[in-house]
Amino acid sequence: MAKHEYSFYPGCSSQKGASSSNYLTSVETMCEELDIQLNHIPDWNCCSASIGYAGGGELPRLALSARNIALSEEHNAGQEIVATCAACWLATRETSERLAEDESLMAEANQALAEAGLKLKNETPIKHMVEVLIEDIGYDTIGEKVKKPLEGIKIAGYVGCQTNRPFGIHGESFENPQYLDKLVETLGADPVKNYDKKVQCCGGALAFSEPDKSQEMIKGIIEAAYDGGADMIVTPCPVCQMNVEVYQDHINEKFGTKFKMPVVYYSTLMSVAFGRSAKDAALDGQVIPAKKLEEIAK
Amino acid sequence: MSDLNTAMIEKYRNSFLHEVEANVEEGEWVKMCMQCGVCSGSCPLGNAWEHPPQEIFMMIRAGKRDDVLSSDAMWMCTSCYNCIARCPRGLPITHIMHGLAHYAKRLGLAPKNQPTAKFAQLFWDNLMKKGRVNELKLGLSLYFMNGFGEGIKTALKMKNIGLGMLKTKRMSPAEAFGGHGVKDISGLHKMIKKAQELEDARIGQSAK
Repeated sequence: MAKHEYSFYPGCSSQKGASSSNYLTSVETMCEELDIQLNHIPDWNCCSASIGYAGGGELPRLALSARNIALSEEHNAGQEIVATCAACWLATRETSERLAEDESLMAEANQALAEAGLKLKNETPIKHMVEVLIEDIGYDTIGEKVKKPLEGIKIAGYVGCQTNRPFGIHGESFENPQYLDKLVETLGADPVKNYDKKVQCCGGALAFSEPDKSQEMIKGIIEAAYDGGADMIVTPCPVCQMNVEVYQDHINEKFGTKFKMPVVYYSTLMSVAFGRSAKDAALDGQVIPAKKLEEIAK
Repeated sequence: MSDLNTAMIEKYRNSFLHEVEANVEEGEWVKMCMQCGVCSGSCPLGNAWEHPPQEIFMMIRAGKRDDVLSSDAMWMCTSCYNCIARCPRGLPITHIMHGLAHYAKRLGLAPKNQPTAKFAQLFWDNLMKKGRVNELKLGLSLYFMNGFGEGIKTALKMKNIGLGMLKTKRMSPAEAFGGHGVKDISGLHKMIKKAQELEDARIGQSAK
């Protein structure tokens, strides 16, 4: 039996053929090494992220996450829910807290859930994978698993928004959280100190609807990483990862920059440092290849 | 103008603040704003807002109903939660902005052709089909949301990004045919229908 077991909410973007399928691959590798068992919530649905509000009112949106929690309580009873996507985590935890505070909303949510034959108890803690790593596993255990230290690689820890606000990681500040830098250090790499854009917004879903405004912000995030001497950026968020990685050609065209900055997940770094193959670390999922990691994973 | 909008104007003739408190998600918090402006200064797209959050809160209290609800300001929210993290009074500002945007849309007052309003609706419609987002279809519907001609132009501009995603298997043409979804889609649809009915009833009640 695995040492740690959780009820896992993978989210839409992690599915096969979706934009952060590489995230899931590296998370699975990382969890194998850390003896973490992820039990998928059966038949989970989309949480409606942070952009569902035009079509979805408060109760329909809360009902979506309530369905996931109810399914988890029915099928993975007693297990904490863990999400790897920042938006999934935020929406699920927000739902849990809001329904706990408001009896009439809770009653209405259960009325809606009854239509699908479900009932919400709302007794399940909702965690982000980063919380599992820091609070349940710990830096020391992670450090012990390192077989190939990421020596000589300088990495800008881009925490972004929704893994950081409004809930954040216990004991960390909203303005300058340290955990990603500590994790980078634990893996033997060199974090960029005082990375200016650590908690800057990348535009989120507005990268699609307001590309010019968003790309200006993304430009700043990449520029600050170069200024800090970074070889790559690491992030815990699938939207951050995609937004910062895939628009670099457009930004170069528009601003005359020459960006070619790899953007990876913490789980990519960990899989490589734990000695796993490039494939297991999902390095083949990089649109901008992370060459320094490829060399180590060889 | 929608019937619901007319009824709300009639009912809340003297107080837009009361209307917001009764009908907008987390709207009961609006009166707590002390006009310090930290939210406006903290917003990453602050300069793009016709009226930044602090101003919106004051406009609500001043009864500027049309100016608030027909503004494209709230649609500039990137959901970064900076304002929530920093607000000294603890207002859930991000959620209030989402709530105002939704309420404006519900009443038919949201600005036409606002790109985020359109994209946000596409997102909801997309996830409602199968219970999970189909990124391929969402992307295509986004490109073509302003008509066929512009769609082709956008698709061409995005071609290389699409190829990069295809090559790394982070996009799949197979998603065009069916794609991922929940098994109990009829249960999910019934649940959402019920939630919408309950919410409509609550807001309809408030108009009486």
